[in-house]
Amino acid sequence: MSIKLTHHHVNAMREHAAREYPSECCGMLLGHADGDVKQVSEVVALRNLRHDAARAQELLPLDSPERETDRNRFLIDPLEQLKVEKDARVRGLDVLGYYHSHPDHPARPSNYDREHAWPWYSYIILSVEKGTPAEMTSWVLSDNRGRFDPEVVEIVNP
Amino acid sequence: MPVRVIIPTPLRQYAGKKDAVEIEAKTVAEALAGLTTQYGDLRRHLFTDDGKLRSFVNVYLNDEDIRYLQKEATPVRENDILSIVPSIAGGMAVHCICS
Repeated sequence: MSIKLTHHHVNAMREHAAREYPSECCGMLLGHADGDVKQVSEVVALRNLRHDAARAQELLPLDSPERETDRNRFLIDPLEQLKVEKDARVRGLDVLGYYHSHPDHPARPSNYDREHAWPWYSYIILSVEKGTPAEMTSWVLSDNRGRFDPEVVEIVNP
Repeated sequence: MPVRVIIPTPLRQYAGKKDAVEIEAKTVAEALAGLTTQYGDLRRHLFTDDGKLRSFVNVYLNDEDIRYLQKEATPVRENDILSIVPSIAGGMAVHCICS
């Protein structure tokens, strides 16, 4: 599988990741899928619900809330997700995947990422080093959920 | 009384590639049971082996999270929309395994 997006989309994600540093940022990728190719047409920045620790813990409990915070965890508010999805559907767009940042950490999926991933979606990870956006990668969960496979990212103009 | 169940993109491959399915049901539980009877491959993605709705699966009746209604016993009415909303979560490794 591969995912196509523009420099404009990449810049929007990088700026979001830098803005939220040292917390993790998150957002949604909207567009169309044609066979094995996903074409992104919009990148939507969403709120990391881990900023609201009590509410996030109610929706998806963490094992170690004292060590797992918005600096190393993200959770998307399902109601916000539903609203953006509905609006996208009206405009004929599908959810292709999600992005999030790893502050001062490589752009590689963790076990926690894998355990919480869904098949088919693209998971873009942006590394942010000392506040500056760095490497960007994209991953798709394998069918048996055992691993993340790297996905080819094609960045086109503009 | 058919309700419309909205299928998220990662699960459409297990639901005949459909983005929505009409199901006759009186409760959320009946709607999800009808859906997974019609599309058996969906079951393992929505339910645990002992038949409980997975914690990573959110279900919304129109704009209400069924957790805050009557959960799966929540009644549904004709033309209601039931949305399956996958939990989206992640984050980097925090457990240091270095010596």
